[in-house]
This record gives sequence, C-alpha cells and structure tokens, in this order.
Amino acid sequence: MNAKQTIIDSMNENAKDNGYYLCPDAQLFSDLIDGLAKNTQRYGYGSCPCRVASGLKKHDVDIICPCEYRDADVDEFGMCYCGLFVHERIKNNPSQLGPIPERRPQEIIDAALTAAETKSSTSEETTLHPKSVKKTQTITVWRCTVCGYLCARETPPPICPICKAKAERFEPFALG
Amino acid sequence: MKAMKRERVPGKKKAHQVKIYTLSTCGWCKKTKELLKDLDVEFEYVDIDTLSGDDLVEANEEIKKYNPYRTYPTIVIDQGKHVILGFKDKEIKEKLSG
Repeated sequence: MNAKQTIIDSMNENAKDNGYYLCPDAQLFSDLIDGLAKNTQRYGYGSCPCRVASGLKKHDVDIICPCEYRDADVDEFGMCYCGLFVHERIKNNPSQLGPIPERRPQEIIDAALTAAETKSSTSEETTLHPKSVKKTQTITVWRCTVCGYLCARETPPPICPICKAKAERFEPFALG
Repeated sequence: MKAMKRERVPGKKKAHQVKIYTLSTCGWCKKTKELLKDLDVEFEYVDIDTLSGDDLVEANEEIKKYNPYRTYPTIVIDQGKHVILGFKDKEIKEKLSG
C-alpha cells in the first residue's frame, strides 16, 4: 500500500470514529493528502499541510494531523483549518468550504518559527503547551452517559468515539 | 545577502503587482495560484516551506509586515494596498478586476 493510501485510510478511520467526514472537495482532498505525505516524508510526522511547520517536533506537536484545534474548529466553523475534516453540514454543502481564522495561538506560532529560523533543535527549553492557559481553565469536561467516556472540549463530540452514542447522550461532568 | 528566489508566473494582466506567500503542501494555496492563472494575472509566489537559512528569515520578515499571523496563502496586491488572507476567491477577483 502506498504512503498516500495509508494516510487516507487512517484519516478515514479517524473521521468515522469521531463522527466527522473527510473533505468533500475531491481535488482539495487529494492535495491535502499529498501535502500530508510530503510533510511525513520530510519531517517524520504529518504536520498540517496548510500551516508552516518548524521541522522541530516539540514545536509542531499541536499541528500534527489531526491537530489539536480540529474539534473546536469543526464545532465552530464546520471544518478544521485545512478542511480535511468537516462536519456533516459541510459534507452536504461543499460550497461552504472556505478559509477560517487560525485558532493556533500567535505566541505558539512565533515560538515555533523563531526556533526554526535559529535552528535551536538542541536547546533544552521546555516544550510549549499549545492550549492557552485560559482555555484549559475554562473548558468543559463532557461525559458519555452511555459508556462513561470523558473528553474536554467546548461542546460534546458529534458521536462518542468509543460507543458511538450521539451528542445528546453527553452531559457536562464536574469533578468532586 | 542575495535576494530570495521567487517564482514568477506570467500573465497578460499586469495592472497590479501581485505577490503571494504560499506553502507547497497547502491545497488552498494551490487553489489561489490556479485562480490567478485562470484570471491570467501575472504574479510572483514564494513557497515558504521550501526555504531555509537566510531566505527563510527574509521571507518571514517580509510576510510579517503584511500579515503578523503568518498564515497562508497571504496575497499582497500593489505593495500592501490590499492584503488578502486566505483563499477568498470573490475578494481576490474583485481587487484584481479592472
């Protein structure tokens, strides 16, 4: 099996598990997969084809596809930043595919690109945690009332990735 | 410092100077290049992800002037008179018409 097909299969499986769909624009889909294959080959990991990677994995972990921003972007805009993963409503209306704002925090982008420019791959600075402090402090934990799966995100997932229960079977979950 | 390499795509329409900053892996950047070709607009592009060393530093400095977020594609028309972030096809057509 070639590299491209391996990526397609894995993204397809991931989309199904999470209740998403893959890009409905066939040409764009093919180009995005080509981009992912190229990034995998040159960096050793499939970073987002529509974002600049630093080439330093510790700075790029948050944009390895499926990226950390996907769920929030699909919730808000119906598609992830590059458009590889979409909500059902975009799958049914592909003309709504289009540019969405970059959710990745500016300071993360700047730090990654500065590191890339200075090639500080050997420096011992701490790995950045891409989710901003604010976000992790306010994010809701959702519990699948069918199987008990927990996830932290703005809204419940379209389906439970474990038992496939629908979003309406999720409830906010509070600790203690 | 030698100037960074830009690719020039010829076109019959040269009323505006069009520079785009792109990624070789990005499907939306590809759509932007194809739209400009379809419009027969002459333009220059730089695939940022193919640069390294001084060229990369220079390109990053340049794009930051127009788009601090450094997202792609960034379309710069007439030295920054119009800057379009992302494949906004209607806006690109509108700014380049006439």
